[in-house]
Amino acid sequence: MSSGRRWLAVGLEVAVPLLALALWAVLSAGSETYYFPPLTEIFSTFADTWLFERVGSDVVPSLTRMGAGLAIAVLLGVGLGLALGLSPRARRATSPIVEFLRAIPPPALLPFAILVIGVGNSMKVFIIGLVCLFPILLNTIDGVIGVDPTLRETARVYGISRRDRLRNVVLPAATPQIFAGLRTSVSLALILMVISEMVASTNGIGYFVLESQRAFAIPEMWSGILLLGILGYALNGGFALIERRVLRWHRGARASALS
Amino acid sequence: MTALSRAAGGGSRAHLPDWLLPWLAVAAALALFDLAPRVGLLPREHFPPISESLAELVSQLGEGSFWTAVGKTLQGWILGLGIAALLGIPLGLLIGSNRLLYRALRGLIEFLRPIPSVALIPLAILIYGTGMQSKVFLAAFASFWQLIVASLYGVQDVDPVATDTARSFGFGPGQRLFRVTLPSAIPYIATGLRIASAVSLILCVTAELVIGSAGLGRSINLARSGGNEELMYALILATGVLGLLLNAIFVKAEKRVLHWHPSQRPLGAEA
Amino acid sequence: MLRVDHVKKVYGEGNDAVEAIGDLDFEVRDGEFVCVVGPSGCGKTTLLRCMSGLLEPTSGEVRLHDQAIDGPPEKMALVFQEYSRSLFPWMTVRQNVAFPLRRKSLDGAEAKRLVEEAVDSVDLAHALDRYPWELSGGMQQRVAIARALAYQPEILLMDEPFASVDAQTRADLEDLILRVRRQYGITVVFVTHDIDESVYLGDRILVLTPSPTGVQESVDVDLPSPRDQLDTKELPEFTRLRGHVYRSIKRRQSAPAEGGEVQQEPAGAGS
Repeated sequence: MSSGRRWLAVGLEVAVPLLALALWAVLSAGSETYYFPPLTEIFSTFADTWLFERVGSDVVPSLTRMGAGLAIAVLLGVGLGLALGLSPRARRATSPIVEFLRAIPPPALLPFAILVIGVGNSMKVFIIGLVCLFPILLNTIDGVIGVDPTLRETARVYGISRRDRLRNVVLPAATPQIFAGLRTSVSLALILMVISEMVASTNGIGYFVLESQRAFAIPEMWSGILLLGILGYALNGGFALIERRVLRWHRGARASALS
Repeated sequence: MTALSRAAGGGSRAHLPDWLLPWLAVAAALALFDLAPRVGLLPREHFPPISESLAELVSQLGEGSFWTAVGKTLQGWILGLGIAALLGIPLGLLIGSNRLLYRALRGLIEFLRPIPSVALIPLAILIYGTGMQSKVFLAAFASFWQLIVASLYGVQDVDPVATDTARSFGFGPGQRLFRVTLPSAIPYIATGLRIASAVSLILCVTAELVIGSAGLGRSINLARSGGNEELMYALILATGVLGLLLNAIFVKAEKRVLHWHPSQRPLGAEA
Repeated sequence: MLRVDHVKKVYGEGNDAVEAIGDLDFEVRDGEFVCVVGPSGCGKTTLLRCMSGLLEPTSGEVRLHDQAIDGPPEKMALVFQEYSRSLFPWMTVRQNVAFPLRRKSLDGAEAKRLVEEAVDSVDLAHALDRYPWELSGGMQQRVAIARALAYQPEILLMDEPFASVDAQTRADLEDLILRVRRQYGITVVFVTHDIDESVYLGDRILVLTPSPTGVQESVDVDLPSPRDQLDTKELPEFTRLRGHVYRSIKRRQSAPAEGGEVQQEPAGAGS
C-alpha cells in the first residue's frame, strides 16, 4: 500500500468506529421510539447504573460464578484430558460418550441443572463448569496426542521420571492446544452465565437485563446490553493478551519452523 | 507412553480387544444410570432410571407434538443460518478483498463480534415478541459473525503467488475472484458454516428456553416444570442426537470441500 | 564397555513382520569413536534405539559394563538428528541443557557450573538465555550436544546428527565433536550415511549390511590425530579407507556369517 493510502487506512480505522457511534447518537437523539432511546440517555443510564452502584450487587456475583465455573472446567478438563490423552484405550472406551455429550446444545442442559441442583449459585457454577469442560477436555486430549514423539524420547533417554515428563514435557507442549480450547470455553462461560441468570436467578447482569425489559425500563436494559458487550470485548481481549504472553515461545518456534 | 515393544509374539497382555471397549463403556454407563436410581444411590426424582427415559424417547417418536417441536427448532435453525450466510458470506468476501475497506471496518467488527448474542434476548423480545421471529433474529445475529469473519479470513489467506500467477495469465479481477480467490476461501467458509450451524442451533434452543418460543428447548423446560423428568431427559437426548446429526452433515460436507487442502493431506506429504 | 550381543529386532508379526535387524554383534571399547555406516534403510536408527534402551530387541541383548540394559541407562546420552524437535521450545538454552540434570541430585551451583561449562565448550556461551528457535540449525544441534555433555555420560550415541545442516556447518560440527570428545574423554557411537564423515571422525568404522542387518565388516581407521578438515582429507590413507568403505557398502553378496561374526576384509579387495 502506498504511503498515502496507508495514512488513509489508519485514519479510517480510528474514524469509522467513532463515526458509527456518532451516527447512532445523532439518529437516536430526537428519538421518540420507545425501544431505541437516545444514545446519550443510554450512556447516562449506564453511568448511573454500573458506575458503580450495581457492581457489587450484580457484576460481582456474575463474574464470580463465571470464574468459578471456568476454574472447575480447567482443572477437570486438563486433568481428564491428560489422562485420556495418555491412554489410547481409555480414549477409545469413552469416545462415544464424550462425543454425544458434547453434541448436546448447552442450553438444553440448563433444565437438567435446575432440576438436580436448584436455582442457586451452585447450579450456575455447575452448568458453566459442565459445558466449559468439553472444549478444554477435547483440546487437551488433542494437545497431548500431538506432542512431538522426539520430545518425549529425549526425555526418556535422559531418564526423566514419568511424573516429571508429564509436568515438564507433555503439559507445556500441549499448552497451545489447551489455550485454543480455553478460548472457546471463555465465550461459552459468558453465554451460560447470562442465560442461567435469565432463567433462574435473582441477581446478576443477565437477570438485570431481562428484568429491565420486563419492567419496561428500556434505557436500563440497553445499559445492561452495553455492559455485556464491553464484558465480552474485555474478556476476549484480555484472554488474547494472556495467550500472547504465555505462548510467546510457541509463536517463535512456529515462525522459525516455517521459514 | 511407553515405546518399549514386547517380543514379536504380539501384545500378549491385551485382555480386551480394542473394538469392544466403547461398547463396554456405554453399557456400563447405561447400567449405572439405570440401577443407581433404582437402588437409591441417586435420588429418583432427579434421576429416573435411564431405561425409562429412553422408553419415553421411543414413545415420543410416535407423538405429533414431538415432531412439531423438532420442526420448530429446525425451522429456526435453517432460517437463522440461511440469513446469516446470505448476509455474512458476501459481506465477508467483499471486506476481505479490499484492504482499505477492511482497515476501515475492522474496529467495528472486532468490537461487535464479541458481544454475546444472548445479551440481545430482551431486545429481541421487545421488537419481535416471543415467537419464531425472535428466535431467527438471535440465531442469525450470532451465526452472522462466524460467517463474515470466516469469509473475510478466507479471502485474505489466498496465496498471493496464486493470484499473481492468474494475473500473469491475463485473468481480470472478476475471473480471479471466481477462479482463484473463491476456491481458496471455500475451505474457510466451509469450516465457518460448520461452526455457524452449531451456533445457530444453540441460539435457537436458547431462545426456546429463555423466551419460550415453540421448539425443543421450550418442551424440555415445560417437561421439567411439569414434573415429567423422564420426558425432560428424553428430549435432552433427542436434542443431542439432533446436534450430532447436523454436525455430521457439515463435517462430511467440509471434508468433501477440503479434500485437496494441505490441512487434509497426510502428515509428511508436505514439501 | 558396550556390547551388542546378537541383537535381533523384528517389527510386526506374521506375514507383516519386518526384520529390521537380523543379527548384530559387536563391541565398543572404552574411549573409542566408532562410526556406523550402511546403506539407507539398513536399520541404523533401530540399532541406536536398541542401544539406548528406547527399544527392546526381539532377541539378544545390549550390555553396558557387562550389565544388560533395561531402559535408557544413566551413563548414556543420545543426540537425535532432528535437533529442532528434540529441544524444548518453551525453555531457554540454559534450561534445555540443565533439564537432564534433574535426574541427578546435584546442588544448584554444581548444576549451573556443568551447564555453563558444556555450553561454553560448544561456543554458545553468548546464547545461554536465548530460545532454541532463535538460533540457527547448527547452533541448535550444538545446544543438543551441550545438553548431552552436561549430563556427563560415559558413552554418547549420535543418530546422523549432522545430516540436516549445510556442508559448512557440518564441517564445523565435526571438528567440534572431535574436540569435546577429547576434552571430556567420552566414548562415541556415531551413526552416519556420509562415508567421508565416518572416515574423518572414526577410530573404527562398522559397516552394516542391508536388511536384515548385520555387521558387514569392521574397519580400523589408522589416521593421525588430531584430524584436520584439509590435511587429513589429503592423506592417501584417507582416500584408500574411503574407497574401501564405499565398496564394502556397495557389495551386495556378503551376508552376515552364521553367528554374526565380524568379517575382516582383506585389504585391496574390490567389487
